[in-house]
Amino acid sequence: MDILRFITAGSVDDGKSTLIGRLLYDSKSIMIDHLEAIEKQTKNREDGEIDLALLTDGLRAEREQGITIDVAYKYFATPKRKFIIADAPGHIQYTRNMVTGASNSELIIILVDARHGVIEQTRRHSIIASLLNIPHVVVAVNKMDLVDYSQEVYHSIVGSYAELAAQLGLREVTYIPISALNGDNIVDPSQLLPWYKGHTLLHFLENVSIANDINLSKSRFPVQYVIRPQTEDLHDYRGYAGKIVSGIYQVGDEITVLPSGLTTTISAIELGGKPVQNAFAPQSVIIHLADDVDVSRGDMLVKSSEKPQVEQTLEVHLCWMDAKPLSVGNKYLFQINSTRVRSVIKSVEYKLNVNTLDKEFSPEKVGLNDIVRATIKTAQPIAFDSYQTLRVNGGGILIDETSNVTVGACMIQAVEN
Amino acid sequence: MIENKVRELDYLDQLESESIHIMREVAGQFERPALLFSGGKDSIVLVHLALKAFRPGKFPFPLVHIDTGHNFQEALDYRDNLVAQIDEKLVVRKVEDTIKAKNLTEPKGKFASRNALQTYTLLDTIEEFKFDACIGGARRDEEKARAKERIFSVRDEFGQWNPKLQRPELWNIYNGRIDKGENVRVFPISNWTELDIWNYIKRENIALPAIYFAHDREVLAHEGQLVATSAFIQLDSNDVVAVKKVRYRTVGDMTCTAAVESNASTIDDIINEIIATKTSERGETRIDDKVSEAAMEDRKKNGYF
Repeated sequence: MDILRFITAGSVDDGKSTLIGRLLYDSKSIMIDHLEAIEKQTKNREDGEIDLALLTDGLRAEREQGITIDVAYKYFATPKRKFIIADAPGHIQYTRNMVTGASNSELIIILVDARHGVIEQTRRHSIIASLLNIPHVVVAVNKMDLVDYSQEVYHSIVGSYAELAAQLGLREVTYIPISALNGDNIVDPSQLLPWYKGHTLLHFLENVSIANDINLSKSRFPVQYVIRPQTEDLHDYRGYAGKIVSGIYQVGDEITVLPSGLTTTISAIELGGKPVQNAFAPQSVIIHLADDVDVSRGDMLVKSSEKPQVEQTLEVHLCWMDAKPLSVGNKYLFQINSTRVRSVIKSVEYKLNVNTLDKEFSPEKVGLNDIVRATIKTAQPIAFDSYQTLRVNGGGILIDETSNVTVGACMIQAVEN
Repeated sequence: MIENKVRELDYLDQLESESIHIMREVAGQFERPALLFSGGKDSIVLVHLALKAFRPGKFPFPLVHIDTGHNFQEALDYRDNLVAQIDEKLVVRKVEDTIKAKNLTEPKGKFASRNALQTYTLLDTIEEFKFDACIGGARRDEEKARAKERIFSVRDEFGQWNPKLQRPELWNIYNGRIDKGENVRVFPISNWTELDIWNYIKRENIALPAIYFAHDREVLAHEGQLVATSAFIQLDSNDVVAVKKVRYRTVGDMTCTAAVESNASTIDDIINEIIATKTSERGETRIDDKVSEAAMEDRKKNGYF
């Protein structure tokens, strides 16, 4: 059994919360007391139907306004897989929340209302999926009941989405016609969609292959913490604690410490207190080095044969997440994995229209939820990979040193030398 | 392809690794962290994860127990044994002392719970030791306000959580920067469910306080819940008290935690029971969450765990 983390994109109007409610309900992951609480709240509604959407709205303001504001995490499991859903709001004023939810997701469900087809919001969600490099995309054509389960409508939507996917370079797209409200094709195949020969949504989620999403050829070990017991019997013990974010490490491997560039070899690896010969992503381990080289938190150990780029100038896609607008020339802390350094935003090349992909060059203002292409200069060299090749070592955040708030998400772009 | 197959991590290994990573971020980012320990299964799992994260070194934090004075004796015994066994520092601060020192009013009523008063002691303890990070065992599947809380959750100098001003938390990057007087609550097992916890306890063979397993206990049936009789609750003349075979699904105070009827005497029995259950953990056993729809949200805003 493994874990699939996915995000659902769409708004209440598309039936996003209903879909999540349906997945939880039909997979029997909703407990009676939670259902009763919802029933209590729906008592005043005219239709008397249980509003599954209420399951996902956690905060009082959300329930009052009937919208999702923040990312909520929901959990369910089947005998095949454990699922973690990032339930993010779909409106443009919550782009930052969707970016946040997307950052850890291996799959995105993009909800399309069968009556409206591919609309601006669909484009926006797909653009974000592409910028955040989510490996798997499911286009769930919802509300099929409201278009009489029409094959024609479905095919026309698939056709227009395929064009968008090609334009965005989305690699793996799966289409499923559903009705979240009625449960068609969510857990059980629908009798009303006999022309659809594919799998149900849950079947797809249970079986989509995600093992290959973990990169085993680029070794990246950010050092989080140095363990030095300094007791009598462990006098010389010095272990580097961290999580292998990518790749495989083996005792005897030749290692380069970045950014310093010093080299040594791995003398031992510990996993859960036991010595092992090798370890791989995403295991948390302790690595011992043969030589007494200078290594501390923020450094990265990589195999000398698999080095990342090491630069002080980064080209990034930057999603601005703060109410205070971005100012070019301002200094921020840049954090990637366990590395945190001072940085300055040197320039903003263009602002990306997330509905159309149009570029607005030299934008006057960069505010909350804007996504821009920017150049960042860091005070120390950063060991990174391009976000498109390795998400776990290509994404960083910007922190406002005066407010301590996370103000930006950076996806580092490949630069041709 | 075969190579990759061999290198797939089981879901419990993935969860474990994520939690260890979060604990080490605490060690790397903070000067005076603490681990909040209640004697319940979730905080016991936290200690187990800390052993994996930091041994053979010592923990970079003490265990802190906010003692309401209404604890199950089994949980206290377990706590003291555990601390002796792992040889780590334990800080205990008592709600009783806070009540006396600050002249607070004891809650009244049949199940007078000191649950709300715990917040005072917790905030005083944070101030006393200048803790800048407190690791807790809350999980997002427990309750819907918790489903929206960050793994690194910043609290202001009054310990308050502001759900509308949460920092975005991306990838596995945690921003623990705070101003003096603020602190961060850190929840390393945010992504675990109740069943994950039990499967992990089974796999790792982690010992638990005896009250998690079925035993005979004198209980009072009250509004569908079974509450252990003790010196801390008031019995009325028409109360029906009986000895039943019960176990605890969660372990909080004796006044606000209900037992469930059960014959489950092993971890396997418990896992089967949880798989079959139709009621959530807090819904079945917590008297304190039933107050209002947003009970947890309100308590967190006031500095609760």
